[in-house]
Amino acid sequence: MPKLTIDGIEVEVPPGSTVLQAAEAAGIEIPRFCYHDRLSIAGNCRMCLVEIEKTPPKPISSCTYPAAEGMIVHTDTPMVRNGRRGVMEFLLINHPLDCPICDQGGECDLQDQAMGYGMDHSRYAENKRAVKDKELGPLVKTVMTRCIHCTRCIRFISEVAGVPDLGATSRGEHMEVGTYVEKALSSELSANIIDLCPVGALTSKPYAFTARSWELTKTDSVDVLDAVGANIRVDTRGPEVLRILPRLNEDVNEEWLGDKSRFSIDGLKRRRLDKPWVRKDGKLQAATWQQAFDAIATKLHDTKGDRIGAIAGDLCDAESMLALKDLMAALGSFNLDCRQDGAKLTNARRDHYTFNTQIAGIEDADAILIIGSNPRREAPVLNARIRKAWANSGAKIGVIGAETDLTYPVTHLGTGTTALGAGETFLNGAKKPMVIVGQGALKHENLLAAAWGIASRAGALTPEWHGFNVLHTAAARVGALDLGFLSGKTAGEMLNGGVDVLYLLGADEFNIAKTGPATFVIYQGHHGDSGAARADVILPGAAYTEKSGTYVNTEGRVQRGFMATHPPGEAREDWKIIRALSAHTGHALPYDTIAAVRARLEQVNPVFANVGFLPRFGCSDTTAPAGDPAAVANVNFTPVIVHYHQTDTISRASPTMAACVAALEPAPAMAAE
Amino acid sequence: MADFEQPAHFAFDADSAAEIDRVVAKYPPGRQASAVIPALYVVQRQMKRQTGSAWVPLKGMDAVGERLGMPPIRVYEVATFYFMFNMAPIGKYHLQLCTTTPCWLRGSDDIVAACREATGIKGWKETSADGLFTMTEVECVGACVNAPILQVDDDFYEDMDREKTLLVIAALREGKPPAVGSMIGRQRSAPEGGPTTLLFAPENG
Repeated sequence: MPKLTIDGIEVEVPPGSTVLQAAEAAGIEIPRFCYHDRLSIAGNCRMCLVEIEKTPPKPISSCTYPAAEGMIVHTDTPMVRNGRRGVMEFLLINHPLDCPICDQGGECDLQDQAMGYGMDHSRYAENKRAVKDKELGPLVKTVMTRCIHCTRCIRFISEVAGVPDLGATSRGEHMEVGTYVEKALSSELSANIIDLCPVGALTSKPYAFTARSWELTKTDSVDVLDAVGANIRVDTRGPEVLRILPRLNEDVNEEWLGDKSRFSIDGLKRRRLDKPWVRKDGKLQAATWQQAFDAIATKLHDTKGDRIGAIAGDLCDAESMLALKDLMAALGSFNLDCRQDGAKLTNARRDHYTFNTQIAGIEDADAILIIGSNPRREAPVLNARIRKAWANSGAKIGVIGAETDLTYPVTHLGTGTTALGAGETFLNGAKKPMVIVGQGALKHENLLAAAWGIASRAGALTPEWHGFNVLHTAAARVGALDLGFLSGKTAGEMLNGGVDVLYLLGADEFNIAKTGPATFVIYQGHHGDSGAARADVILPGAAYTEKSGTYVNTEGRVQRGFMATHPPGEAREDWKIIRALSAHTGHALPYDTIAAVRARLEQVNPVFANVGFLPRFGCSDTTAPAGDPAAVANVNFTPVIVHYHQTDTISRASPTMAACVAALEPAPAMAAE
Repeated sequence: MADFEQPAHFAFDADSAAEIDRVVAKYPPGRQASAVIPALYVVQRQMKRQTGSAWVPLKGMDAVGERLGMPPIRVYEVATFYFMFNMAPIGKYHLQLCTTTPCWLRGSDDIVAACREATGIKGWKETSADGLFTMTEVECVGACVNAPILQVDDDFYEDMDREKTLLVIAALREGKPPAVGSMIGRQRSAPEGGPTTLLFAPENG
């Protein structure tokens, strides 16, 4: 552990650290453009100059210089300041002075650092260079004249996203960053290069010329468009969500965010349910809350408890599912299901349905077997962790399922259940094996038990290491299972007239036509999708940015998002709707505040008390989940997500996501289903 | 990109494939990307053989990427970085004129003027109307001792002056390239007019 002195502060850093990292450890900020914690070191912007004693008397770039024992570093000498001023002057030679019309203005590294090291005028009288803008698809807007060639975007796309589309072509004055052959970026994480770009060369296309960063109200929240539960910041101005940015959480999303989670927000303004509707004479008609509740109360009054059922959708918060569960119990019904896709999951034991190794734990694994899942589409941020495990520690990865490019080399073991044996062999000899079983496999009976068996025999289930993982695609799923939103009739049994009253809480991802014609359908949700079209009563709810909600990600990590805007029109927060309905039907629920709902959550399952924090755990009980691994039918696993960009009611309503599908994914052949 | 057509296909012919195999074999397994520069030369020479114009088309770079297991963009980066790879079609003969200080002091301006006069080319990187010549200004080609230099494709014509330049171009036009090397009969890079040292054996040798 080298010990060095930086500006008089003694600091000890791990071997292999650079001077810049040591300075960070000492609490000294060094300006930089090209250096980034999570990318390889390029050392090409030269902004991080420092002076080091007993080296040649010249400024040294601290991001590339290894920290060594006894080194004495100065970060604020006249030589350092002049060096950085010189670098800044060179960077500004070709950088346009268009900050007033640049979307990066106000959150620009170059702008900020020019305040410290820039001159008040330019000595450069010649023509500035102009670079043609690149077309990178519907998400990333380019103004390449602003590019300072830090190459962060190139390194991110190649190293983290694993889709080497970007490069620097030509050289010197003619160097340009781009794809060379024009094409849209094909990574699901492509928009992170907008955050990485230290200048305004790469900005958000949908957000272009919309707002200034200082006008926005920033609200912490949790992403619900996949089951990773990426931490996000929702930026709003007035009633409108203008953008979503990732928030740092080393255990979940690091600082990355999938494109869908970032850019589906224009879907929040379209196809919204903003007032209650009641079906009269076969036609949906706008109604008041009173009329809608009356219609429901009348119907429920005549219906026996076991003829009522409820299905929770993929985007629901735990509070509303709890309220619905309690309401159903009060009505005498236990027909609850959160598995609208029919996944063969049970909630008897928590580690039978969560991602037990945890996302950060992926980095410790040395062999990973993916069964019936395409993590690149189902959870791109999690996929980046798997890639990291491969890139940093050489983890080997085997896949059973459809053959696709996961951005890292994999051993493709087979397309279906016949390859399970090969999967078991694949994990032989691994010290920290992981089994990831996805929704593509869990569609089928007994596969949960079979996957658990593989993990168990591979030595993945020890008191120190829990290598059995279920990768969910629905943000609400683990929370619903934790709550016990799973009893009585299954979702499949509730269809085709299995119940007389069906309460859909944001459930759209199943074939709604299978609902029996005589079934009275109540749809509570925020988007007019298939569920609302079939409904007899529509109760307008709130989308995830419009309510305070608790979500449990695929790891079983309880996280909380805050309300960033109010729901549109007469729409209300979902748990409040159910609370109001309960009073209307004469079964008033015993909570009136969100705090009381959350107290009830903790009462139902103590895991809800631990918000944000999830300790690593091993497997203390290797009992397999119910099911007979020997009875696995011979099936091929089919992908659960066809279009990454359109998986739920919000992203289906988003024109930006539709543009992504059009730009990136070839038009699907007309399928005869 | 510019106003020329990229070929729709490119495939290595037998000679090229053999040459790339030979180059790749020099590097340890898994490091075949090291062969990217020689492989791009192979593409450029094959284009010369097949079309008479030595350049590297897009499909050629893609073929190199595929052969060496590199993402296409990594090949584009290398190919566009080096000036020796022509990213657009050129004339049959590539006149590469060194104008760096030693050649310039020895009269490279005359050579440039002579080339322009003989070919009718106005600017750099332009091709003559008859499609025979492309003129490129290059940095030092490393033959300063015999400056000024006119490089035609891979060959050096040394100790040039205006007349000799006109002669070379006229000969090329007829398809009879003159012998390469010094144009004043100098032996390799020995002093002009014969040796000036070691003229006699030392007496007590």
